[in-house]
Amino acid sequence: MKKFDKNKVILGFAAPVLAIVAALVLTSIIIAATGKDPFHAFEVMVDYGSKSDSQVWIINKATPYYLSALAVAIGFRMNLFNIGVDGQYRIAAFFAAVVGGALTLPGIIQIPIIIIVAMLVGALWAGIAGLLKTTRGVSEVISTIMLNAIGASVIAYFLKDGRLAEKEGNLVHTPYLPDAAHFFEIPTTPKPIYGFVVVAALAGIAYWFVLGRTRFGFDLRTVGQSESAAHASGVSVKRMVITAMLLSGAMAGLVGMPTLLGVSYNYGTDFPTGIGFTGIAIALLGRNHPIGMVAGALLWGFLDRTSTQLEFEGYAQEVVGVMQGVIVLCVVIAYEIVRRYGLKMQQRKVGEELAAQARKSDKAEVSA
Amino acid sequence: MKGPLVRRVSTITAAGITTAALAFTLTACGESSTESGGGSSSKGVGLAFDVGGRDDHSFNESAARGLDKAEKELGVKGKMMTAKNGETEAEREQRLSSLADAGYNPVIGVGFNYAKSIEKVAKDFPKTNFAIVDSVVQGPNVDSITFGEHEGSYLAGVAAALKSKTNKVGFIGGVDNELIKKFQAGFEQGAKATNPKIEVTSEYLGSSDKGFNDPAAAKDKAKGMLDRDIDVIYTAAGLSGNGSIEAVSGKKDAWAIGVDSDQYQQPGLAKYKDHILTSVVKNVDVAVFDMIKSVKDGKPLTGTHPYLLKDGGVSLATSGGFIDDIKAKIEEAKKSIVDGKVQVKTTP
Repeated sequence: MKKFDKNKVILGFAAPVLAIVAALVLTSIIIAATGKDPFHAFEVMVDYGSKSDSQVWIINKATPYYLSALAVAIGFRMNLFNIGVDGQYRIAAFFAAVVGGALTLPGIIQIPIIIIVAMLVGALWAGIAGLLKTTRGVSEVISTIMLNAIGASVIAYFLKDGRLAEKEGNLVHTPYLPDAAHFFEIPTTPKPIYGFVVVAALAGIAYWFVLGRTRFGFDLRTVGQSESAAHASGVSVKRMVITAMLLSGAMAGLVGMPTLLGVSYNYGTDFPTGIGFTGIAIALLGRNHPIGMVAGALLWGFLDRTSTQLEFEGYAQEVVGVMQGVIVLCVVIAYEIVRRYGLKMQQRKVGEELAAQARKSDKAEVSA
Repeated sequence: MKGPLVRRVSTITAAGITTAALAFTLTACGESSTESGGGSSSKGVGLAFDVGGRDDHSFNESAARGLDKAEKELGVKGKMMTAKNGETEAEREQRLSSLADAGYNPVIGVGFNYAKSIEKVAKDFPKTNFAIVDSVVQGPNVDSITFGEHEGSYLAGVAAALKSKTNKVGFIGGVDNELIKKFQAGFEQGAKATNPKIEVTSEYLGSSDKGFNDPAAAKDKAKGMLDRDIDVIYTAAGLSGNGSIEAVSGKKDAWAIGVDSDQYQQPGLAKYKDHILTSVVKNVDVAVFDMIKSVKDGKPLTGTHPYLLKDGGVSLATSGGFIDDIKAKIEEAKKSIVDGKVQVKTTP
């Protein structure tokens, strides 16, 4: 029994190691194909990415990525593919910015109000997809991606001078949040880390606890693994679908908050888009694991940070995008290969043990 | 499903990684990538493009020509970097900081998206000179370059109205924002002033920056307009404009009006040039060259510099000779703007 466990540990490490090695080899080949030296590229990345200001930059960049991955992972854990995190966080951040810009309350009240508005709007927007799935059987993949487009149009409609926004040069944005509504920062040099990283960490802990340690989390995972089994054990699948979408959407509502409360203090035409899709990649990369996704988000931030530097050194800017894609593919494939190999080993092991038992009883019969 | 040992091991690993990450963060007081300072010793010009890159045959390329000219005439060197779709403020700041830190001077942000990041980075590098195209940024070391797009577009509207046989002309904007509305406003006013009966249809590709980098969407929009008998289409959409010009070239007697660069002269668009009536040229190259020269001469430009029709900042391209027959009327319109007889609106 002890030996079996050791194998499993080795297998557990084999997957990420295999993925990293494969990703490195593949990207080296791609960089070499563009006629550049891949080893110098990696050297540049490690050297530049480990500088102190790069570290701060990476953590700040990884914070929304991590929240987005959490939102996606909640859906993944029960087999729901919430592609709509992108639309959910944008519409959530937009309305939170509108509410925040209209109020002038003490920060201790205003900041929670902004965050709660964002979570509610995100949950509502995702809830539409949940409702459509349970009442009309519409696949959440289709409905969430369409809600992304609708969300973008809603924002575009209201984000006009004279509607819910104001003009500043060529940029249009919602009114600035009052100074009291600025989130705290962790003073590091040369640039500070956004305080929202603390909220992201708390969200990660909540994700781990609720899904891994509560009855509700157990029900949610059961529905993900087998709807009929969950139904048979008295879990209302429909209710779980709606609840999971609401939770996923509420988490998505947090994605825009580090930017809104820590950087831009408004929602404008330059508000970052696409973080919801990055979240899908990171959830895959981190295997829906709260710590795994931290690693994935930081890796993504690192790659983003170093891509500009690579361009600076004369490499094609697209190299990093290719790298990100290759890494996700490698991780997914490596885990699948290792899982199958482990399954095979387990089968062989059980077969051998059964054969040994059979031989033993054979011998016993002969000697008898 | 995992054995107890596995769980313990993965917890230990997790704890290890977290500790390492924390240690990494706390030692973030190590060397910073920008510590070397930057500033006085200039390596040349740093040019940061908006999405689309230098070969967009349009806006960015015009800026790049300014640098090319400076390289030839002033002997300075330069470095160009390009924005990605869906960028955040953090990336733009990083790009500008990298350039400033490496000793490039001046650092020029091409496109209004750089407004906020230039403002911040200019404070971090007070010894470096910055310039921003298409926006106004305050700062003792920042030159703000703006253009009279509405005035140039007015002339395009005049040309379109005179050339249209169906009395229907169209405008396609890349991104629904204040800057592109200046193009729309001028075009509409010019067309209406020339022919009160003309019908102007104005449409946008979207409200995110992707609209400047999406030729397929522009092609579809242009096709839709052609199907509605619109026979002159003016597209102000950066790289996306290529798609619209391609669509127009597929229809006999239809005209496209280009933007920012003289698109008739673009080698990449040579296949379609017989359908490029004219282009509203925004002489970003002149402005970029002026800035580079001023820094080279030790008298860096600062403050706001509008390049209007009267300064030659915007003009209507004549290559191809398709508007030679209506030259007199365009000159007349130009004169009345320069003389102040016609006030061109900046919002539609």
